Amino acid sequence: MSAPRRAAASRSFLSRLSLRERIRDRDQAVYGILIIAAIVFPLATIYATDGTALVSQATRAGYFVLLAIGLNVVVGFAGLLDLGYAAFFAIGAYTYALLASPQLASSPAHHAVHLPFWLMLFVAMFVAAGAGAILGFPTLRLRGDYLAIVTLGFGEIVPQLFYNFDQWTGGINAVGIIDQPVLPAWIQGPWSGDGPIQVVRNFNFGGDPVAFYVLICILIAAAVILVSNLYRSRLGRAWMAIREDEVAAAAMGINTVTTKLLAFGIGASFSGFAGAYYAADVSLVSPDNFLFIVSITVLVMVVLGGMGNISGVIIGALVLYYVVFSLLPSLPGAVESLANSIGLGSLNVRTTEWPGLGGETQRLTFIIYGAILVAMMLLRPQGLLPSRIREQELKHAAVQEEEAAVEMEHAT
Amino acid sequence: MSLPDFGFYVLCATAVVLLAAQAVIHPTEFVQVFIFGLTQGSIYALVALGYTMVYGIIELINFAHGDVFTLGAYVGSGILGFFAISESGFTTVNLIALLLVFPAVMLIMGGINVAIERVAYRPLRNAPRLAPLITAIGMSFFLEGVMFLWRGPATVHFPDILPKTATTIAGVFFGFKDIFVVVVAAILVALLAVFINRTKLGKAMRATAQDRDAAQLMGIDINRTIAATFFIGALLAGAGGMIWGLYYNTVYYQLGFRSGLIAFTAAVFGGIGNIPGAAVGGLVIGLIAAFSDSYIGSKWTQVVVFGILIGVLVFRPTGLLGMRVPEK
Amino acid sequence: MSQQPAPVDNILELTDLTKRFGGLVAVDNVSLHIKRGEVFALIGPNGAGKTTLFNNVTGLYQPTSGRVVFDGRDITGSKPHQVARRGIARTFQNIRLFDYMTCLDNVRVGRHVRMKAKVWDSLLKLPRERREEERVTEEAMEFLRFVGIAKHANQYARNLAYGQQRRLEIARALATEPKLLLLDEPAAGFTPQEKVELMQLVKKILTRGVTVFLIEHDMKVVMGISERIVVLDHGEKIAEGPPDEVRKDVRVIEAYLGKSA
Repeated sequence: MSAPRRAAASRSFLSRLSLRERIRDRDQAVYGILIIAAIVFPLATIYATDGTALVSQATRAGYFVLLAIGLNVVVGFAGLLDLGYAAFFAIGAYTYALLASPQLASSPAHHAVHLPFWLMLFVAMFVAAGAGAILGFPTLRLRGDYLAIVTLGFGEIVPQLFYNFDQWTGGINAVGIIDQPVLPAWIQGPWSGDGPIQVVRNFNFGGDPVAFYVLICILIAAAVILVSNLYRSRLGRAWMAIREDEVAAAAMGINTVTTKLLAFGIGASFSGFAGAYYAADVSLVSPDNFLFIVSITVLVMVVLGGMGNISGVIIGALVLYYVVFSLLPSLPGAVESLANSIGLGSLNVRTTEWPGLGGETQRLTFIIYGAILVAMMLLRPQGLLPSRIREQELKHAAVQEEEAAVEMEHAT
Repeated sequence: MSLPDFGFYVLCATAVVLLAAQAVIHPTEFVQVFIFGLTQGSIYALVALGYTMVYGIIELINFAHGDVFTLGAYVGSGILGFFAISESGFTTVNLIALLLVFPAVMLIMGGINVAIERVAYRPLRNAPRLAPLITAIGMSFFLEGVMFLWRGPATVHFPDILPKTATTIAGVFFGFKDIFVVVVAAILVALLAVFINRTKLGKAMRATAQDRDAAQLMGIDINRTIAATFFIGALLAGAGGMIWGLYYNTVYYQLGFRSGLIAFTAAVFGGIGNIPGAAVGGLVIGLIAAFSDSYIGSKWTQVVVFGILIGVLVFRPTGLLGMRVPEK
Repeated sequence: MSQQPAPVDNILELTDLTKRFGGLVAVDNVSLHIKRGEVFALIGPNGAGKTTLFNNVTGLYQPTSGRVVFDGRDITGSKPHQVARRGIARTFQNIRLFDYMTCLDNVRVGRHVRMKAKVWDSLLKLPRERREEERVTEEAMEFLRFVGIAKHANQYARNLAYGQQRRLEIARALATEPKLLLLDEPAAGFTPQEKVELMQLVKKILTRGVTVFLIEHDMKVVMGISERIVVLDHGEKIAEGPPDEVRKDVRVIEAYLGKSA
């Protein structure tokens, strides 16, 4: 009697595990599509446009994906609202920019420093994580919203500091001529010029957008794997427990302060990492690149994508990047050419009274962006791809069906 | 006395001593800066009240509030354009225009804010907590976009219609405008205090802020109360925008962003959700900003203001007055 | 570990424990001791300070004065997570589960303190972390079976029926491998049938070598399972002893009847 029952019970457990797997399948499908898209995108656009401008764009989108994955650890997993995430991005970028450019030669130090990129990637990561820990240590005891405000203040202070200490950072003049990564060997082909496919020795990334693109894809893949590992681990569960109920989590023996500090530090390290890479790619770092608007954009990506769900956050980052940095800026031109093609070209003429149809559209982009944000949140308050956790209302019905099936099995 | 307390008192004492030294060495300059800080602080106070009231009642950091404030100045300057006002002297038309436009702008902003609440926040009352935060950010962009579309990216002139009377007492310059700003702000805050403490709606607002479910059980119409909070918050923000315009005579569409953050800091400073705290916080932040501008350098003011914000939260998590902690 | 010889007889000793909130004295100079392996009940009218006493033991509150000695060690003023690590687990009066986590994950969080994985192990999914995860999943399933809700392992905690939520909370607490389990009104809102099942569960818990310290209003449950009882009224201890004695105590009857009259 008890043996078959036990077997049925374990079968029911397994069948429900498979339900869980099925839900996870959606993530796998998303990752599959993303990997294919990441491979097809550069090939297709280089072939279609005969240039690498779109690949560079995709690389820029890649920073935001990295940032969103990192912020998701803080906001989505641990439930800590961080409104100053760009500060860590700035810290990472400046760490690399100052230690791998001629900048310090004109500073009171009088010596330019040129440390290798691959080392600095990790140094920047640790510096940002350290900054996160220093900020987090006294403030993580605070209730959720106060933490948000502290991070907001921090996010306002950091770019201002880089601006104010202009002897060292060049202030508003920015840090330029930042070193590019160098690899012992790399494959180049028609995409990077006219040459045939060949292996290049002592390859310098400068001027090869495809190399930066490949590298960011690898970094994102690594980030996804590492963060997914954390999500399904002792630490990941501790984060979620704190997000759900801090008192109960502490009663289970979780040291809430160090656990939150880890979320904060790991989130910051991603931002610092992305910052160093950004500095190398763009080769120009100014305090204006790290204002509140950047923190907010990344936060919107995380919430829009579906907090807590890594694949959703990636989609959210890509969608929002496209809207903010590609769709909206291209609108004025698109409207102008539309007007031309339907015989209303006269509307495009600029006068002192009328900025032209394109100019008028450009003035509209703020309104459109705001309206898109409001509309998206109203339509999908849980985000585009909510995590399994937040989607459970829907899944609940399915689980109950399984339950009923198991009951039937018991009865027979 | 705990270590954070000790650190807090040491910091405060250092600041007071340094300021006192300045007051003794250069008394006229000190008083002049003080007056400037007070006027600026009065405006921050008006804006901070809106942040704190909304946070107190629905725990939302209303990022669009600073833009409501700016829009108030835009609307004010727009309507004033219809009057035959004089910018060279104070005419009867100026007085009439002021008396008509000032309350009109307040009411218009109140109406706009209620509409924003209805469209962008009310449908998300039971959504995940970050959803309304994102719509607030969206509304902020939207309002900035409206101002940008309306008047373009450049700064906008606000008619200078107040009397330019000024006097100098013991080397300190007092303008009519300074007094106007402080007095109007004080009257509005006093009216708000009476409203909150004496009227039925005010009591409903306080009850809802304390415990929404219990308030609902007591027969309070929650939606109406929240709408009223947004309305009153925007009345004050609209007034703040008008005062800003009348005082500085120039606005631009992104003004609400930075001054909104500073006003929000003021609200936190007074203990967020705490109404008298926001008024005091506004004044204190205004003074700190003014002192920092003249004694440290204006490029450090942002660092000082937000540094103090972090310090206050670390040492005094319930705000300076520390009266009411919004419990979850 | 229950077979180990006990170093001290009393698992928990409270000495002159007092907790004040401003002018209000919630727990007033209470001393009591709980013997290893017994079921000890704390009863008293509403607002008598029972949960406050629990919170002082588990580190949620810092006692104003007095001492808390657990298993021969002074834990007064320890943080909640330190107390949990030492071997005290608890449930809450108004169930505090991790709502948007599965039952299995709720219990796996309970295993947190008994796990070794560090950040690097998890980040890189090292084999030892993998093995530990598998082991912990099995152990967690075992705890779910122990309280009888294994078939709901993959449901979200908030979707369980009320009684199952109480059981899940007990499973989560047991997963920390406590020496002392604090149950805060475990039978509240239960049907008579569920109360009987709860009493059976408590007896099963005892066989694991766990001492049980519970707050309960239901006299049948209290009298049915506890060996000794302490009665609290207005923060003061007014009676102590075996159920039969306490039931006859004049002050206890007064405290209860006086309250309801």
